[in-house]
Amino acid sequence: MNPVNYLYLSALLFTIGASGVLIRRNAIVLFMCVELMLNASNLALVTFSRLHGTLDGQIIAFFTMVVAAAEVVVGLAIIVSIFRTRHSASVDDSNLMKL
Amino acid sequence: MNSLIPLLVAAPLAGAALLLLGGPALDRFGHWLATALAALSFGFGLALFSDMLGRGAEHRAVGQHLFSWIPVNGFQADVSFRLDQLSMTFVLLITGVGTLIHLYSVGYMAHDERRRRFFAYLNLFLAAMLLLVVADNYLLLYVGWEGVGLASYLLIGFWQHKPSAATAAKKAFIVNRVGDMGLSIAIMLMFVEFGSFAFDPVFGGASRASEGRLTAIGLMLLLAACGKSAQVPLQSWLGDAMEGPTPVSALIHAATMVTAGVYLITRSAAIFNLAPDAQTAVVVVGAVTLLFGAIVGCAKDDIKKALAGSTMSQIGYMILVAGLGPIGYAFAIMHLVTHGFFKAGLFLGAGSVMHGMNDEVSMRHYGGLRKYMPVTFVTFGLGYLAIIGFPGLSGFFSKDKIIEAAFAKGGTEGWILGLCALVGTTVTAFYMTRVMLLTFFGEKRWQPDAEGNAPHPHESPKTMTIPMILLAIGSVFAGGLFALNDSFLTWLEPVTGHAEGNSPLAPLTVTLLTTACMLAGVGLSYVMYGRSAVPVVPPVGSPLTRAARRDLLQDEFNHAALVRPGSALTATLVYFDSRGLDGFVNGLAATIGGVSSRLRRVQNGFVRSYALSMFGGTLLLVATTLLMRSF
Amino acid sequence: MSALLTATCAVPAAGAVLTAALPAGSTEARRSTTKAVALGVSAVTLALAAAVAAQFDPHGDRYQLTESYSWIRSFGITFSLGVDGIGAVLALLTAVLVPIVMLASWHDADPGPAAPAAPATPDAPDGTFENRRRTQGFFALILAVEAMVVVAFYATDIFVFYVFFEAMLIPMYFLIGGFGDRAGGPESARQRSYAAVKFLLYNLLGGLVMLAAVIGLYVIAQDQGFATFDLPTLSSAIADGKLQFSGTASKALFLGFFFAFAVKAPLWPLHTWLPNAMGEATAGTAVLITAVVDKVGTFAMLRFCLGLFPDASKTFAPAILVLSVIGIIYGALLAVGQKDIKRLVAYASISHFGFIIMGIFALTSQGQSGATLYMVNHGISTAAWMLVAGFLISRRGSRLIADYGGVQKVAPVLAGTFLVGSLATLSLPGLAPFVSEFLVLVGTFTRYPAIGIVATFGIVLAALYALLLYQRTMTGPVKAEVTGMPDLKVRELAVVAPLVALTILLGVYPKPITDIVNPAVNATLSQVHRTDPAPAHPVAATSGGEQK
Repeated sequence: MNPVNYLYLSALLFTIGASGVLIRRNAIVLFMCVELMLNASNLALVTFSRLHGTLDGQIIAFFTMVVAAAEVVVGLAIIVSIFRTRHSASVDDSNLMKL
Repeated sequence: MNSLIPLLVAAPLAGAALLLLGGPALDRFGHWLATALAALSFGFGLALFSDMLGRGAEHRAVGQHLFSWIPVNGFQADVSFRLDQLSMTFVLLITGVGTLIHLYSVGYMAHDERRRRFFAYLNLFLAAMLLLVVADNYLLLYVGWEGVGLASYLLIGFWQHKPSAATAAKKAFIVNRVGDMGLSIAIMLMFVEFGSFAFDPVFGGASRASEGRLTAIGLMLLLAACGKSAQVPLQSWLGDAMEGPTPVSALIHAATMVTAGVYLITRSAAIFNLAPDAQTAVVVVGAVTLLFGAIVGCAKDDIKKALAGSTMSQIGYMILVAGLGPIGYAFAIMHLVTHGFFKAGLFLGAGSVMHGMNDEVSMRHYGGLRKYMPVTFVTFGLGYLAIIGFPGLSGFFSKDKIIEAAFAKGGTEGWILGLCALVGTTVTAFYMTRVMLLTFFGEKRWQPDAEGNAPHPHESPKTMTIPMILLAIGSVFAGGLFALNDSFLTWLEPVTGHAEGNSPLAPLTVTLLTTACMLAGVGLSYVMYGRSAVPVVPPVGSPLTRAARRDLLQDEFNHAALVRPGSALTATLVYFDSRGLDGFVNGLAATIGGVSSRLRRVQNGFVRSYALSMFGGTLLLVATTLLMRSF
Repeated sequence: MSALLTATCAVPAAGAVLTAALPAGSTEARRSTTKAVALGVSAVTLALAAAVAAQFDPHGDRYQLTESYSWIRSFGITFSLGVDGIGAVLALLTAVLVPIVMLASWHDADPGPAAPAAPATPDAPDGTFENRRRTQGFFALILAVEAMVVVAFYATDIFVFYVFFEAMLIPMYFLIGGFGDRAGGPESARQRSYAAVKFLLYNLLGGLVMLAAVIGLYVIAQDQGFATFDLPTLSSAIADGKLQFSGTASKALFLGFFFAFAVKAPLWPLHTWLPNAMGEATAGTAVLITAVVDKVGTFAMLRFCLGLFPDASKTFAPAILVLSVIGIIYGALLAVGQKDIKRLVAYASISHFGFIIMGIFALTSQGQSGATLYMVNHGISTAAWMLVAGFLISRRGSRLIADYGGVQKVAPVLAGTFLVGSLATLSLPGLAPFVSEFLVLVGTFTRYPAIGIVATFGIVLAALYALLLYQRTMTGPVKAEVTGMPDLKVRELAVVAPLVALTILLGVYPKPITDIVNPAVNATLSQVHRTDPAPAHPVAATSGGEQK
């Protein structure tokens, strides 16, 4: 199978993730969309690695996964603590920093 | 022996420091300590004097270098002293009269709770004045010059609780500061010209300097002299200075400090001799002040202010004759010394009168006091005769010489100056007779004071009368002693130089003219105040009288010309500072604040919109990069 | 290489950390410990700074006791210290004033009913410090300022100087904003916050312009093979012609440096932050501002502007002299018009800074020696004046001149010391400021007579504002609110006495300071290739008159 098709899939996934971030308000969904974007880029990286026959892309993909995991830990903790205090997971409700 | 010179200054200075720092422990005997130190300084002066007399006329000037004061590259200011005949004369006058006035003050200030402080200030004054006259360079002289200004400030404002005294003190200091500015500019000019401001190099180099520069220095020195000696146009402070206790008026504002201007001009003879324009200015100032002071003295009802006008006028005489050059220097100093005696005596007498009259100062509320205060009357009377130039007394000899010198100036100028001086004699005799008649003769016009106590005039205690008697003796005999064989002239000649002028009038004619003018003044005064009753409430008087009562409108002039524009300028600048400069800065800050509060709206708090803008931004960047690459 | 200079800087720095770390709490005992520790540290610093001045050999090298530690090697930045006469004297002044300021501010940072009841609002800097730590914070900040100022006086590396020049804004900001005058009304917190921010922004702006100039200097020097910030290296390279700037570059760099120092000094028209800052801060902090921190500005003009850009200095000197003489007259006139005691002192200081800057840029040895002496004398005399004014204000709780009258009657010692301060301010001969003011005037007059004469008017105006203030507060009938005002206490006397003694001592015998300062002044003047104008008719023939 032509590896380029994986790139199309990656672009599609990234677009879905990006639009999700732009459109949705629920913090959890937003978070999932961000993850989707990260994974889309992972897919692209692995594909490129395959295309060029080097390992660089795969290594960066590993880094991405580690960062994504760390981000999930911190991010979910924040979301949970916001949910506890405000009883809502909508990102539009947290606007304390707005002047 | 020369090491005594610093001690002259140090003794009263130590007294001032002790009394100020010593605290209430010294309240009981501090005044005697101060008097003793003043007397000690007088003793040193006498010792130095006898030492000086033991040397030949050419070797009398001695110096003493104490330490290097401000050593900076090319700029050398030392604390070093010079004692020559001129300084010696002043040292003896200052310490002698000073000691007597200390003694007088023991009685006069007996009931003042801040007496210790008063004596500290008096000692401080003595130290500064001695420093002024024994300094060997202009910068050290300047220290004494401002030092006496400080002492004068402190003593005029001694009764600080009276707003008028505080204002008068401040006024005296600030007017004097204008003069001091002249002195400091003169010193700077000397430094530029000679690279030094010590007496020797300046006087030695004067002949090589340009006349224009010397005139500038001379005019600046004159400005300084005007400030300190209350000469027109800086005369306005002296009348108000009478707010100070009377011994202060006697010592500082009659006998010593106000004559410092005459000292300065005489000391700087080498400069003035080569700057005829500056000399003319000196003479004009002297002549104008002579008449100004005399006119003011005629109209004042306050006994001390009348005497202050007289002081101004007498110093005008000295300045005038000092401006004549070598013809006059010695006579200026001679009149200065005799004036020191009789004017100090007159002020002490006035103080004694006030002491007995519940501190009443208006002569219209005196009258007939001769029976109640015989010692005061006699001593005051002798002082009076001396000042009007009654033949045989001190003032007669010294004033006569001045008028002679004024005529000897020669030409039209000589006539104008001589006539001014003669008119001055008449007016002096007039106002002094008025003071005498209003105070000691006529009927009693006594008024109860503010608390309703009727005055009970009485003779003052011994501590007060003894100085008065001694000063009266000086007023009687000093002039004759000085004139004997021209002894004073011979004494001062090595320092000041002397030249005989050629007077168009014979000396005897001048003497007769002077005496006639004096008698005319006395007679006029007797007709006006002796023969008819004196009203308690001052009559309205002619416009000139009214103007003279207000010091010939000097304060009005200063107010209109300086104070009002000055405060307007200050107010404008305060406004400018807060609205202009600060307004600009705050306006800038406000503009930035305004712009940023507009920009702030972009931050709407919605994560989605931030994400969208990030997304848009990324797209833009990518698009730009691609476009750039394709071209 | 002795570590004396580092020790002098490190002791107050360590003291600041130590003081800040002392146990918190508002009990009297805890506070006293804090104060005692801080005072002790400042006393040690004083001893060290005195040792530096004593070890300094006026006839030795330009920079002595030098130390150098590598810091940022890739940019040629070293932490190097060294003193010349001017730096040694000014650091000593700082070390003398800090313990005195501490003693004077002994109760200024106490919490409790007497302290300003300013609640910690979000926009008032009071919120920065808990009430519990006020005392510790206050004294730690003073020590921090001291450490930074001393480094600035000792630094021979331009970058190090820059860093500390800027860093001292931080503790000063908190001192101004966090610890107000007790006389403030309800508006005081806002006013104070305004003053602190104004101080910070003005000085930060100046500092950033200077940073640009510092970088520019480095870039140009690096191009010509001098990749260093070391001042002696750079200035000798400039003097030898090995390092050359184009005319424009040198002018631009000079202005960049000068702007920062002129804001700090402050020179008219960049002065408006000073009256606010001095008015709102405590009297002690006001002294720190005017007598210590501002001196860094004038000091730096002398060391950096003249040392690095001799040609540009000569070009701009007349313009700067005009600004400074405007400052002299303007400051004095505004002082006459003030209603607030502390603002009056601030404007008087602006007038005095005009004199200092005039002395520096007259480029004569009298002017520069005078300016250096002036920095010392102004520090001492204004400290005396301001601190006594602070004692007065703390008694009555008002800064307005109109609220006083007749104090002399109830508190004669207070009035007497205030008078000495006033007389020093108006440069009475015999007191220290006279010596320096006269030197500055003479130094200016020899080269620019007209400017010298205009500046002389300043001495009349000085008499006017100083004596008006004295008259309005101390003399006249005793006001009802003033009766019962206590006279100076022992602690306050201990504050004033050394200042008064120094004022008199340095007025009568300034030689110890001029001896140290003169060689440094000569060195600076030779850097700018200026010699004093010769007198028209020197007294060579009768030179005996000078050296008897």
